[in-house]
Parts: sequence; C-alpha cells; structure tokens
Amino acid sequence: MPDWIIILIKSAILLLVVVTTFAYSMLAERKVLGWMQLRPGPNRVGPWGLMQPAADAAKLILKEDLTPRTADPLIYRLAPFISLLTAFSVYAIIPFGASSAGTWAIGNVNAGILFLLAITSIGVYGITLGGWASGSKYPLLGSVRATAQMISYELGMSLSFIGVLILAGTTSLDGIVNAQAKWWFVVPQFIGFIVYIITAVAETNRVPFDLVEAETELVAGFHTEYSGLRFGLFFIAEYVNMLTVSCIASLLFLGGWNAPFGLDNLHVPGVIWFIIKVGFFMFFYMWLRATLPRFRYDRLMAFGWKFLLPLATLNLVVTAIIVAYMGH
Amino acid sequence: MAAFWILGITLIGSAIWCITNTKPVYSVVALLLNFAALAAMYLTLNAEFLAVIQMIVYSGAILILFLFVIALLSSGVTPFSVGPNKLPRIGIPAVVVLLIALGFLTYAVNRVTANAFANTSPTSPVGPVGTAGVFGSVADFGKALFTTYLLPFEITALVLMVAVIGVILLAGDQAPYVASQKQAEEVRREMREAILRGGE
Amino acid sequence: MRKQLYNVGAILKGLSITFKFMFAKRPTIEYPSIKKQHAPRFHGLHELRRYADGKERCIGCELCSSACPANAITVIGAENSPENRKSPGERHAARYEIDELRCIFCGMCEEACPTDAIVLTPRFEMSDYRRGALIYSKDRLLVPPEAGVGTAPDERPNGIPADLGRVAEVKSTVDVDEGYNATNRGQVLKVQRKGLAILKRDD
Repeated sequence: MPDWIIILIKSAILLLVVVTTFAYSMLAERKVLGWMQLRPGPNRVGPWGLMQPAADAAKLILKEDLTPRTADPLIYRLAPFISLLTAFSVYAIIPFGASSAGTWAIGNVNAGILFLLAITSIGVYGITLGGWASGSKYPLLGSVRATAQMISYELGMSLSFIGVLILAGTTSLDGIVNAQAKWWFVVPQFIGFIVYIITAVAETNRVPFDLVEAETELVAGFHTEYSGLRFGLFFIAEYVNMLTVSCIASLLFLGGWNAPFGLDNLHVPGVIWFIIKVGFFMFFYMWLRATLPRFRYDRLMAFGWKFLLPLATLNLVVTAIIVAYMGH
Repeated sequence: MAAFWILGITLIGSAIWCITNTKPVYSVVALLLNFAALAAMYLTLNAEFLAVIQMIVYSGAILILFLFVIALLSSGVTPFSVGPNKLPRIGIPAVVVLLIALGFLTYAVNRVTANAFANTSPTSPVGPVGTAGVFGSVADFGKALFTTYLLPFEITALVLMVAVIGVILLAGDQAPYVASQKQAEEVRREMREAILRGGE
Repeated sequence: MRKQLYNVGAILKGLSITFKFMFAKRPTIEYPSIKKQHAPRFHGLHELRRYADGKERCIGCELCSSACPANAITVIGAENSPENRKSPGERHAARYEIDELRCIFCGMCEEACPTDAIVLTPRFEMSDYRRGALIYSKDRLLVPPEAGVGTAPDERPNGIPADLGRVAEVKSTVDVDEGYNATNRGQVLKVQRKGLAILKRDD
C-alpha cells in the first residue's frame, strides 16, 4: 500500500477516536459536575445516559443556523472551522504509545513540541475572528479577552516546556517520552509542571480562566451569536483542546506511555497507561470546574505576567544552570 | 514539485488578496493564509525549525496583535472609505529609495564572504532538527545565536527591551483612580460620609 | 507569602470538598419515574363526590363559585324533578365547570361547600397542550359511580394515589391525623360531617 493510503486510514481512525472521546468526555464532564453538585447528571437517554452525546448531536444539527444581520458573513462562517481545524491537526503528531514496530502516531515530526506550539497558537484566531465577526458587543469583548489571555499565557506555557526540552535534549515527543524511562519529568520539573497545568487551563479557556465565555458578564462570550452546528464546532474544538493539553501534560511530565512506579512487569500495553494519565487530567479539568470560581480579569493578567511568567523563567534558568554543570 | 506550485500560487494569491482588500480583517485572514503557506513552503525545504518559528512568531504572536488592534479600533464591519489616490506622487521617490537600498544590499552581500557561516554551516541538508550538523537544526541555531552572533543578538534584545520599557512608561502601571494610599483613604472616607448622609 | 500559601491551601480544601461530594448521597428524586410523597393537605385537581347511594352531593348552591378568589368556578343550578333526581336536595348542578388554569388551588371552594361535595385531590399532573382541555366540566370532575364516593380530605391516606406510580420513600414529617385534626378546617369539616350524619339518621 502506498504511504498516503496508510496515513489516510490512520487519520480516519484517529479522527473517529478523538471525536468519540470528545463526545464521552462531554458526557463525563456533565456527570462529574452533577455528582459534585449532588445531582445525578444526564441519565434519561439510554442506560445511564450513555446515548446523551448522540441526542446532543442530533439537537445541534437540527437547530436553526442563525447569522446576525450585523455579522460579517464570510468570517463568521469561517471562524468555527479555524478553531476545529487547529484543534484536530495537533493529533497528526501526538504519539499514543510505542511498540517494537515504532511509535503509534500519524507523523513523527522531529520538531514535535514546537510544531504543537505553532498549531495551538493558531487556535486563538477562531475565537478572535468569530467574536469580531459576530458584529455584536459581547462577542467582541469576549474575543478581545480571549486574545489577550491566550497570548499572555502562551508565553508561560512555552517557557514551562523549555525546562523539559533541556532535560530531554530533544524536541521530538517520542524522544521526550523515552528520556523519561527512569524519572518522570514531573519530579525534576515540578515547578514547570505546575506552571504548565495552570497555563493549560487558561489556554483552553476553561474554569477558572473562562473569562472568554464568562456567562455572568458576557452572556456567552465569543460564541453568543452562534447557534446550531457552528456553535457545536466551537464546542468540539474546546473539548478537543482540553484533550490535547491533557495528552501533552502526560507526554511531557508524566512519562507518556511509560508504566508508573516500576510496574513494567505487569505487561500492560503502554497505550493503556497513556489513556489513564490523560483521563486523570481530563478529570482534573472537570474537578476544577466544579470547585473554583472565575478569576477577575485584571487579576488574571497580573497572575499570568507577574507570577507565572517569572516563575517559569526562574525554573528555566535554574534547570539550564544545573544541566550545564552536571550534564544530562 | 506540485506542492511548490500550489503553495506558490497560494502565497502570491493571498498576498494580493491581502493588499487589495478594503476590509482590514480580511487582510489579516489573507496574511494568515500567506504565513501558513510560507511555513508549509519551508517544510518542503526541510526547514522544520524555520517553519515552526514562522508559525509561532508571525502567526501566533504578531498577526494576532494586528487583529487585536483592528478588532478594537474598527469594531464595525464597514470597509475603509477610499481616499484620493496618492500613489503616483510618491512613485518616483519610492523607486529612488528602493534602488539605493538594493544597491546597499548587493554591496553588503558581495562583501560578506561565505566564510562567515563556516563554523555553523550544515554538513547534511536533511535529517532530524534536533541533531547538530543538519540544515536548520535547533542545536546549531542555538549555538550560532549564542556564540558567533551573540553581539547582534544581545543588541536586538536590548532594542526590544527599550521598546517594552517605553510601552510600560506610556501605557503605565499607574493606579487608575487614586495616586496614593493617602488619597485612597480620603476617597473612602468621603464615600462613607456620603452614604451616612443618605446618598445625596 | 504566608497569605499566598494559605490561598493554595484553600484551593486544595475546596478540591477535597467537591471530591467528597462526588460520593455523597444525592437528594434527587427522579420525578417522572418516581414521585415524592405529598403533604397530607396537598391541594390538587378537584373532584365532585357522591353519596353512597350514587346521588351527587352537589346541590348547585353556587357557594363555591362565590367563594372562589380566582373566579374559576362556574355553576349553573337546576331543579330536581321527582322522576330525574340527581341529588338528595331540591336542586342539582346542571353545569359545573372549573377552569384549572385560573384556579390557584387555595381550597376555598372546599371550605365553602355545605355538603362536602367539592374536594381537592392530591392529583397534580394535568398539563396539556390545549388551553381548552384544562377547563374541567362535570363529566371529568364527578367521581364515576363505579369508583365509589370519593374520599374526604381528612380521611385521605398520606401519600399519592396508587395509580400514579412508584413513590419515593421520604420520611414523613407530619402525623396525618394529628396534623389535620389540629387545624381549623379539619375541625369544621368534621363537625359538618357529623351534622350531616345526624341529619341522615333523622331521615
């Protein structure tokens, strides 16, 4: 078979997996939020509400697709696709496991982690353009907030990566995971890990950093005017981004598909460990959402620039000095 | 080769779209497309690192700030009104300046010999960007930046720092409402008294 | 610094609380499939009662209609004729309509009724897509002859009618008899019924 057919098949399977994961992480989020708020969560559609995602999808597809008269029609329609495209294209390079035949990934890019940053930095365009093109004030405010927040926190996020890159000595995700065979980077890079977790929540615009949506102030923020499937695309992009940052956290700090605590003898496939780690981060997201209130906007900016960025820089400098003196 | 032609046409087309469009946001979208196509072009040349940096720096940081400003300044969707065409008047000076600049550039390129890049020149055009000796490798790039070109690098950093300090001075971290703690106390006391008076 | 550390501690404490709540017992009663036990004096859909011999209790006196604060009740009385006797008295209700959309379920009709004919049952599920369907006329209000005479409010068991489905086991906080008898309305009804019984015995 030619290479491109294999890549096509791989992509189709991965797309299916990611979309299914999105559907059920959405259900899981609603369930977990329900339990934490002493509610049962969705349980009407199918056994234990397991068909809820299908019902939601049907509802979103059948809803009327509105375009406000003041909206810019082209960009208004384009924006959700930019969000979705960037959210999904990251999975081209994320490795899920490894076997003797090689890494389980569609493409193994050597500049892996940088490529990832490049793609996610495009993701903000969907939100910014969507909010601007809606031609109404709340989405505009939401999108302006989104832009400021995402470019501010992206700096801290990138700096928290660099500590890991210095320790691993490579930019390929594959290599970073292999470098963690002995020690997970969460131990030497604990500060980097904390900074990453916080900035990742902010990058995906989730509670407590969901100022972009902030329903108490901005109705629904950047997607106020969106309805039906177009809103659904933003929704999918948000959850897929959550999944992405969970995958990155597992790969960079928790050893990817390496077994924890020397449990190598169990012969569990690496991909299972990976799924467990990603699942933990997804749960952590929901847990945060059920617990923390939203940041105030000026506090958010101050926290990002005056606390996280210096902390990440300090961590980077200390790591660099230690590595320079002691070698890898 | 097919990739080159598709990307080339996209690049030129989006560039033309960018400068001919009357709506600034459309120009930004065209420029975004342009940058993406350029990054893809770098990828076809095996310059992974350059492609990635192109995306991170230009699309992810600079262009989004353009968009930020445009969204804030012209929140409406109406295009700019077309003023009188001033292009013919600046045509001749522009050509003269361009020719002079081109002359300087040719002179500079001729003077700089290939030896300047000798200690960082790649030994292999293709390979993982992480390893040294490969074209566009992260390691060589970093080494060159911090050894051979340390002075220009630091000067650039200083220039950027000056810009940042300037911005902070202009936009300021001044307290928005009160100048001092004392004044804040005063304002608070006045507010308390106003409340006690019954909100007159 | 100490304050910042305290803040981190507060976040962790919050996280622990929400985590604990995940496994706590949920108070939700999943309504359409499981119904909550209503209070003993719950006011729901009206019912027109009968005597044991099948005659209607309503005598068409319109007291309920005039007592109704929402003007929801329409009664048009008619004379009983010897060959077509619908109620024991001289008159009966030819038409008896309640607009349940106007009704505020206060129970004043029940208190005003001299013959204990109109009572409020605990039935509450009567939504419909048509407004007209919520104007209940006599054919739907009157207890069908085969279903007995209808139950007086103070004799009603605590709970919801058996045909409404599964009942959630909720601890009853009210002693039905004690609670009901202690109220003025319970006393009035009891006296009224006693009086009717005396009257009946005299017959």
